[in-house]
Parts: sequence; C-alpha cells; structure tokens
Amino acid sequence: MEVIFILIAISLILAGSFLFLFFRAMKGGQFEDSHTPAIRILFENKQSNNSKKVPTPKSK
Amino acid sequence: MGKITDTPISTHTCYHCGEACKEDILHFDQKEFCCTGCKLVYEVLSDNDLCSYYDIADSPGINQKNSAKRDNRFDYLDDVDIIKKLVDFRNEDETHITFYIPLIHCASCIWLLENLHKLNEGIVSGRVDFIKKKVQVKFAHQKVSLKEVVVLLSKIGYEPHINLADSERKTVSPSNKRLIYRLAVAGFCFGNMMLFSLPEYFAEAELLGNGFKKTFNYLNVMLALPVFFYSATDYYRSAWISIRNKAINMDVPIAIGILTLFFYSLYDIFLLGNEGYMDTLGGLLFFLLIGKYYQQKTYDTLSFDRDYKSYFPIAVSRVVADREEVIPLSKLNVGDIILVRNEELIPSDSILLDGEAAVDYSFVTGEEVPVIRKKGELIYAGGRQKGGAIMLAVQKSPSQGYLTDLWNSDTFDKSKEKGLESLATKISGKFTVTVILIALSALAFWLYLGEVSLGILAFTSVLIITCPCALAMSTPFTLGNSLRVLGQGKFYLKNAQVIEKLAKTDTVVFDKTGTLTAPSQAKVSFQGEELSQESKSIIKGLVSQSTHALSNRINAWMKNVIPEKLVNVEEVHGQGLRGVYKDQEVKLGSASFVGASGQNLPEGGNLVFFSVEGNVLGYFFIQSGLRKNIDQVVKNLESERTVHLLSGDQDHERDHLKRLFGDEVKLNFNQSPKDKLCYLSALNDEGATTLMVGDGLNDAGALQESHVGIAVTDKVSNFSPASDAIMDASVMDKLPAFLEFAKTSRKIIKASFGLSFTYNTIGVFFAVQGLVSPVFCAILMPISSISVVVFTTLSTNYIAYKKGLKEKIF
Repeated sequence: MEVIFILIAISLILAGSFLFLFFRAMKGGQFEDSHTPAIRILFENKQSNNSKKVPTPKSK
Repeated sequence: MGKITDTPISTHTCYHCGEACKEDILHFDQKEFCCTGCKLVYEVLSDNDLCSYYDIADSPGINQKNSAKRDNRFDYLDDVDIIKKLVDFRNEDETHITFYIPLIHCASCIWLLENLHKLNEGIVSGRVDFIKKKVQVKFAHQKVSLKEVVVLLSKIGYEPHINLADSERKTVSPSNKRLIYRLAVAGFCFGNMMLFSLPEYFAEAELLGNGFKKTFNYLNVMLALPVFFYSATDYYRSAWISIRNKAINMDVPIAIGILTLFFYSLYDIFLLGNEGYMDTLGGLLFFLLIGKYYQQKTYDTLSFDRDYKSYFPIAVSRVVADREEVIPLSKLNVGDIILVRNEELIPSDSILLDGEAAVDYSFVTGEEVPVIRKKGELIYAGGRQKGGAIMLAVQKSPSQGYLTDLWNSDTFDKSKEKGLESLATKISGKFTVTVILIALSALAFWLYLGEVSLGILAFTSVLIITCPCALAMSTPFTLGNSLRVLGQGKFYLKNAQVIEKLAKTDTVVFDKTGTLTAPSQAKVSFQGEELSQESKSIIKGLVSQSTHALSNRINAWMKNVIPEKLVNVEEVHGQGLRGVYKDQEVKLGSASFVGASGQNLPEGGNLVFFSVEGNVLGYFFIQSGLRKNIDQVVKNLESERTVHLLSGDQDHERDHLKRLFGDEVKLNFNQSPKDKLCYLSALNDEGATTLMVGDGLNDAGALQESHVGIAVTDKVSNFSPASDAIMDASVMDKLPAFLEFAKTSRKIIKASFGLSFTYNTIGVFFAVQGLVSPVFCAILMPISSISVVVFTTLSTNYIAYKKGLKEKIF
C-alpha cells in the first residue's frame, strides 16, 4: 500500500500546479475582460491587396 | 436626452451611421451619407482599406453631424505634465495609454479600434475592453504624438473622454483580486483536506493501518497552514480593529472560531493522536470567502465617486497678449482671460468680457434651457456655453467657485459610515457573548463533576460548532442577491450595505429640477391667435433645424405636423430662429428677438414668441413637466416616510406642486447647493435617516450628506455626481417598490438568522455534552451553510418576482 504515498505526492503536485496556473492567469489579466475576446475571435484576418498606403494624420 | 421623434421623410439611410438622411444626401463611392462628417470617416477608412468595418455590423458608425470640430482643442495634450498624468507606461520607444471611449457600441467598433495600426504606422496596437468601453493604445511616441493619436481617434468618430479625475486617480486598488487569491487557496486546501479526511469518516483509515491515519492527519495540518495564515488574515484584522473600537462585529466570533478550530486541532492531532477538525476549518473559510466574494460584486462600468473634476475640462484656452494658448486647468489663475467656445464648459466663476453667453447648466441643475448672460455679469462655473465664443475674466480658481466650493466642505472628508450599524453587527455582539457564556458554563459544569478533559472538550466544541458560518453567510448572500436583482431593475447600488441603509430611511428628500421633472415631459401650450395648419408647419420647419432645448420641446409637441421647407434658416444663439417662407420673414425666439412687448406675461416657464414679418402672432408657454406617475410615487412614499422637496428655482410652482403632492410635503425653494447640504445635515441632526434623490452637481453636497444618496440619470453611463446609488430615470416610478424590497431583504436576513440559530441550538445541545466528533462537524457545517444560501437566494428572487421587479424567479 506504500504506493499511496507516491499517489498522494503526485496528486498534491498536480493540484498545486493548477492553483499556480490559476494565479498566473489572474495576474496576466485573463479574467479581467471576458466579453471582448469572444467577439475578437470572430474577426477574419483579411489580407489587404493595396498594401501600405498609410498617410500620417494631417491636421485639417 | 430629448430625442426628436419624427417620421422619416426619406427612406435613404446613411451608410455610415444608419440614420435617415433628412436633408441633402451626399453621394460618394455609390453610397449615401447624411452629413460630411460621416462621409469623411468613410473616406478615411476606405483610403486605408478598412471597409470591413461596415461588414461586421450594420451601419456601425456614429453620427458626425453634431460633432464639434476645432483644430486646436487637443493642444493641451502636448503639455508634458498632462501626458505624464495620463499615460499608463512609457519608456524610450513606446507609450501605453488607456482611453475611455463611451461611443464603443458594437463589434465593428472593436475591430476598427484594434486595427488602428493600419491608419498610422506609429501606432503599435489597440486593445478594446468592450464592457468597460476602454481601449488601450500602444504607440511609438517618436513617430506619433499623443495629440495625433487622439486627433486620429476623433477623426474616425471615436473621441475619447479625457478628464481631470482620470489624470489624478490612476488604477483602482486590486482588493477584489486579493480576495480571489484567498478564495482559490482556501478552495484548493479544502478540497484536498476532504480527500484525506474521507477515509476517517468511514473508519477506512483503520483498515489502512495506523501509519496512514497519522500521515493523513499531518497532511491536513500542512494544508491548513495556508488557510490559517493566508486566507483567513482579513478576519483577524477586522476582528482586532472592531475589538479595539469596542464594538463587536461579525468577524469577532468568526475569528474566535477559526483560532479555536486551529489550535484545538493541533492539540488533538499532535498530543492526543486524534484526527482534529482541520477539514472543517478549510470548509469554513471556503464558504465564508465565497459569501464575501458574492457580496463584493461591483459595477465596474459605473462610477459612484465622481466629483466635479471628472466633469470639468482638463484644459482651457487662455488669451495672453492677443495670443491664444491652451493650458491645463490646474495652471489657471485668478485674473486670467479665457476663451470659451460653443459646447465648451465654463471652468471657473468668471465675469463675461465679450460675446453673447447662453449657458446650459443642465449638469448642474438639471434644467437644460440655456440662461442668457450679458457683458459684465458673473457666470458660475459648471455651465456649458451654447453659441459663439465668449471671453471671460477668471474671478475665482476652479476649486473655489460657487459650485465647486461644495467639495471643500467637511462632508466630503468624512466617510459615510455614520451611525447606521448593520443587522449582522447588532446581532453578532449578543451572539458572541451568549456563545462564550454557554461554553464557560459547560466547562464549569464538567469541572464541578471532576471531568477535566471532558470539560475542555465541551468548551472547545461549543466554540467550534457555533462558529457562525451560516450566520455570517446569510447577510452577504441576501444582500448580494438583492443587489443583483436591483441592478437588473436598473437601480445600481454602490455596495451591499446600501440596501440595509435604504431599508432604514424614514425621510425622503427630492430635488425638483431634473429629478422630479424631465425635459421629455415638458408641458407646451400656445397663447395668442389660433395657429393655422400652415403656421404650424412653418414652426415645425424652423424648430427641426435647431438642437436648442426649447426647439426640441416644441418639436416633440408638434409630433404629427409635417414640416414646411424654409430657406435661409439661421439660428441666432441665445436669441432664436429666423427663416424665410414665401418671401416672408418668420421668427421664433425671445421677446426682444421677435420684437414683442413684455407685458402681461405668465411666469414660471419659458416663453418662445412667433412672428411673421414683424407681426407677433403669439407665444409658446413651456413649463418643465413632471415625470410619469411621479405624484403616485410621492403619495406612496408619504404613507410611511416624510417627504421633502428642495428646488433651486423661484417658488412660482408652489401651488401647483402642493395640489399635486398634498400638504404633507415640505416644499423649499431658492436653495443654493450649500443650502441643500445644510438642509440635509439639519434633518440628520434631528435624528432622521435621510434618503436624498437628486441629479445634478448642485445636489452633490446633499447626496453626500444624506445617509443614502441616489443619483437619477437619463443615461446610466452619463455623468452623475458622487452617490450611493445610481438610478435610471425610467424606473423612477418603481422607487417605492425598491424601498419596499430593501425592507424585505432585512426580513429575509432575520429569517435566515433564525434558521442558522436552529442549527446552532442543535449543535450546542451535543457540544455541551462533549459528544461532537469531526464527522458530526463535517456533516452539520455544510448542511447549515448550504441551506442558508439556498433559502436566501430563493426568497429574494421570489419576493422580487412578486413585487414586479423581476420577470422570472430565475
């Protein structure tokens, strides 16, 4: 039954690393905005054909 | 704001903003536009191959018709001090800045703002937070200046709001985040402890042998350490503070419970070799923190603590030796000459030197009809100039004015936590004393019988089992859920405590203008010769050309009239409208403008005269109307509370209001912002618990001084003064129901207290006999917590549904 000690160690490490990942996600701001990414993912990345026509904003 | 409802004349809609094109339709690129502003935005976007903007949502643009355009209005963004205050981050190459752009409203907005780098190569990226309506822009400041970024944003129709408060107050403290970390740690430890304790409950550990049992107990101790030393720290601090202040709050019994649980378990595990109560400790903290998290729900998108600074401009144009320069407001001195243009705010009390001043004080008083001021007259800060540019000599610094002086009063320094202790606080004092008395008497009883160890067990068991988990959870869950229900009803509270305060209020004070009255409910009547259908059409044609508040009201009044086409329509700011119809000059405006005599005229409203070729046909008499069902609201409130009314106006409406609201209502007129504040503090001194309902900046003092201040606003995201709650004007008529609901919330809390007392009585019954085991704890604790949570959630939802505040129970 000594195998239980190893299993306990593994389970604690596993659960601990999930906690750590959650902390990292919190710090990284993943939970700050839960709405915009859902919209953002739907945008298509259309390749533009008349590229590089970038005027600087001239004050009119 | 007063939106003109009229039937679209043409079926042409603007490709950019989607509004009906009423006048000249501009054609460009085979598309139709309603104004040059909209066309310009389209041109910019099509030049840069960004027309996907129009594919994502239908007509996503913002109407550009009324956007003020002036080249140098962002000049202050070149000022180094201001840049420093505004940016989030800056190094040698890059600057990061977050703009608040209230106009963000659809997926296209997000797309365009995140593709800013295609418009200007100096911009690195843009990232939108849709809910908060914010966009973070990163740009290389060697290639493009902050001013150019802002100019670009406003050119494509997304002008950011930049104000003083933003520049002074940076990011909010992340206390909410800290709570989530604590909760995560408690949840992690609790879950694992339960795994190690489970064999214990079913006596499986015996089968595994003694070594395992010990190991599991030691693992539990290890997992309890982060809970005890990290997750629970807020409770120790709060309990310590409340003991030092000689007032026992809910956290005192909780802290006692946590300490007893932890130290008794250590003693039990290491000295007696038993299993201890560490799993109960973990569960307790986990449930408590969930309750706390639930209560801490905040409305991120709303600001409850705005003062005049978030409304005032960040910079003004100063005239020095005939040259105009834009300086930050903080550098403005008494005696400076400033220039204020159309739609700009007057930043300080000043004397008018030159120009025609028509000042709209709608944010201050709630009255949106501009006030006319003549040369040499004093103009108070806070108004918005409508019309041509005016020159002003500054008399007082922006923070010392008639209006802003309010914020220098003591009321704004002290926090609002005066007097009203919450129900939980009141009960927890008695609760703690009772529990300790029971525990001590159990100890004394067993000592008397000579059973020392059983005595200690009974003593600690009582402290552990009565640990007021369920008690502590009933308040946050009831209030947290009520907060949500009210929020769905467009009544947003600053925090959950406001509900309890709301329930206790016995005096309601209303501001009149803008709170009880609404521009959209204006009463319009025409006095004079009967208007022919033709004249009506002419008037309609005139007013539909103007955005003046009075024009809007007349326009709304003539809902079904078809406007006549006039030529040479011209708006003389502060005077009126002029136009030509069939070679006749028609005028609509003030008495002096149309040349009417000023005798025998009614008071208490605005007059708009109408003349054709100099013949005055009559005048419109426009009174501010009361909001729908407001008399019902007042009468409803009167049955249980005293109602007061404060108004900054003259008392010509006294009789009318008296008739409407009854004699019980105490009416007060001619109240300055300071008077309102003093009126509230006088009421408070008499022992009343006051609820102030106001809307403008001039109510800010009274809102702050009252126990609960509610700011009424037509658009929740608009500016509203600092308050405890923000209410959408459309739900004004539900105010009595909201107050009633707040009262019921208190009853629900009481009922759930009763429920958890029942659990405690059962627990104590076993505890005094020394019969409490870890298994017993592990079962009773979650049952009591969960049943209390379910009870409070269900009952608040049900009552909200019954009172018509919610459409469905869930």
